[in-house]
Amino acid sequence: MKYLLKPLALATATAIGLAGAAQAQDQIRIGVSYPTPTHAWAAGMNWHAEQAEERLEALHPNIDLILINSPDPASQASALEDLVSIHQIDALVILPFESEPLTDPVIQVRDTGALITVVDRGLSQPGIEDIYVAGNNPELGRVSAEYMMTRLGEGDNIVILRGIPTTIDNERFDAFMETIEGSGINVLDSEFANWNRDDGFEVMQDFLSRFPDIDAVWAQDDDIAIGVVAALEQAGRDGDGMFVVGGAGMKETIRGIMEGNELVPIDVLYPPAMIATAMDVTVAAFTSNGPVAGRYILGATLITQENAADFYFPDSPF
Amino acid sequence: MTELSTPASKPNRGFFLDLKAAGPFVALTILVIIGYLLNPAFLSEGNLTNLLTRSAFIGVIAVGATFVITAGGIDLSVGSMAAVISGVMIIVMNSALETFGGGLTTVLIGCGCSIILGLGAGLINGLLTTKGKIEAFIVTLGTMGIFRSLVTYFADGGTLSLDFAIRGTYRPVYYGSVFGLPVPVWVFIFVAICGWLLMNRTAFGRYCTAIGSNESVAKYSAIKVERIKTLTYVIQGFCVSLATIVYVPRLGSASASTGVLWELEAIAAVIIGGTVLKGGYGRIGGTIIGALILTTIGNILNFTDLISNYLNGTMQGLIIIVAVWLQRGEWGRRKPPTP
Repeated sequence: MKYLLKPLALATATAIGLAGAAQAQDQIRIGVSYPTPTHAWAAGMNWHAEQAEERLEALHPNIDLILINSPDPASQASALEDLVSIHQIDALVILPFESEPLTDPVIQVRDTGALITVVDRGLSQPGIEDIYVAGNNPELGRVSAEYMMTRLGEGDNIVILRGIPTTIDNERFDAFMETIEGSGINVLDSEFANWNRDDGFEVMQDFLSRFPDIDAVWAQDDDIAIGVVAALEQAGRDGDGMFVVGGAGMKETIRGIMEGNELVPIDVLYPPAMIATAMDVTVAAFTSNGPVAGRYILGATLITQENAADFYFPDSPF
Repeated sequence: MTELSTPASKPNRGFFLDLKAAGPFVALTILVIIGYLLNPAFLSEGNLTNLLTRSAFIGVIAVGATFVITAGGIDLSVGSMAAVISGVMIIVMNSALETFGGGLTTVLIGCGCSIILGLGAGLINGLLTTKGKIEAFIVTLGTMGIFRSLVTYFADGGTLSLDFAIRGTYRPVYYGSVFGLPVPVWVFIFVAICGWLLMNRTAFGRYCTAIGSNESVAKYSAIKVERIKTLTYVIQGFCVSLATIVYVPRLGSASASTGVLWELEAIAAVIIGGTVLKGGYGRIGGTIIGALILTTIGNILNFTDLISNYLNGTMQGLIIIVAVWLQRGEWGRRKPPTP
């Protein structure tokens, strides 16, 4: 994409001629670096980043967004060097692969005077970035728990399928447990399902064999929830007010919510589109007359049938 | 160790030898008893059916792996191969939907495509190893990466989903039952019997063992080493395609995370079952038990909260090592080996 755009930009600059030369000086280059999409959520992020690039460049002719994805932390660090040396970026939007190995490379970029926006995964030292945009993991756990509490009461049983043992998962889980404390809802057990459909299916099958009375499932993630639903249907235990709460905002799940699916009636947002938010805010740093530096923690919005349409992107891969 | 590498001669079958061969079975029995003690629901009909059905994927793939490993090879690409075949199957069936509708024809086209791809992928692995003279480890490490990235590419980084119009027709292949046993279990049984016959009752099986024991000797004994070795990879590919055919209707989707680490599970099942990793000795029966053991471990861990979730991997590792020790260790030997 960017290879196509660059000659185009060059051609335009030549066409404009001498007057254009002055304008090219004012061109603001913003590098956007994130991991290569290898799973659905990241693919969604990639899609939203490309959409935002198209939209922002059309809106602001003097803004040039350069999207680069990298398959591992080391390549991401090299990509940052390239962004500085080849593109001489004025700002960097980065979703770091891992916090530790990328902290230093980002400091190097900042030292060139570029504005830094960090997305989702924080760096391991505070105060490096000017702008921070992230989803809210504890909030995701809390919102899910609050929804559970509206439908369940004293003595009702739930099971929990967790993700991969990571900080993200712990934050979600701990906030969930804290919120339902004292509500009388029984957590029968929790097992890791690795944010994966197959594991969700197998873990749920085992929960169903083990516990004859389950009233609801917190699957925490839309992929896991798909496996859970298949297991419930197989065991014929998908009726009687049973419901599953996932998370993230997968388009298939959201379409189901719009259509009034009773088994998965809601979803809790952890949007891959947060990269677009970060790009918007970063561009605003150059175009707006208001201050933009700061921390933007996106809400873990409860998606219900009423507002589902706002979060439905049929063309996104996620 | 010595009698394991030359078991073909089978000297007077002593009781101790039998006990050793029964090692995997003993381990499985112990696991089942532990499972029952932890939670009686472990032996409920529903759970046993789940267990057997789940074992079918790894089990069928592991039967193929038994041939590859017995002939001295290794195939690391099976997990990725399963993923890419699932992905292509889904794409093909979704596009056949317009022409042929959501009926049997479309599903058969998908299955046919799966078998062709499986045989083809196996043939590529085999030819690169034999004609290309590249170590099997490197060839299949390469194809592992290729297959995995292909499925990511086809899925655009996301997930490929089977059209709901086809799911109704295809669904019984995973969820249906014949004579009280789920279809995948029948496939597993069928593959196991064919595999056993092929390994123990045909010249092909003996050739595999001979090649795995000593390739040069096999070559000078007029065995067509390259052809036999290539065939083992083709059998492996065929087994992967069968596993994929029963896997796809389960969730109707394929993504980059499909079949991750299946290759290691299949190899582990083979080794737990008593086949020697460096080749020369293969036991299909043991492989079946090995696959059951692996699935049972995961199942039991889901059935208890005695052990921290973070330690699941530790338990799996310990049980695998103990299971192999039961069969390889010196514990069954009471008298010194006679010369």
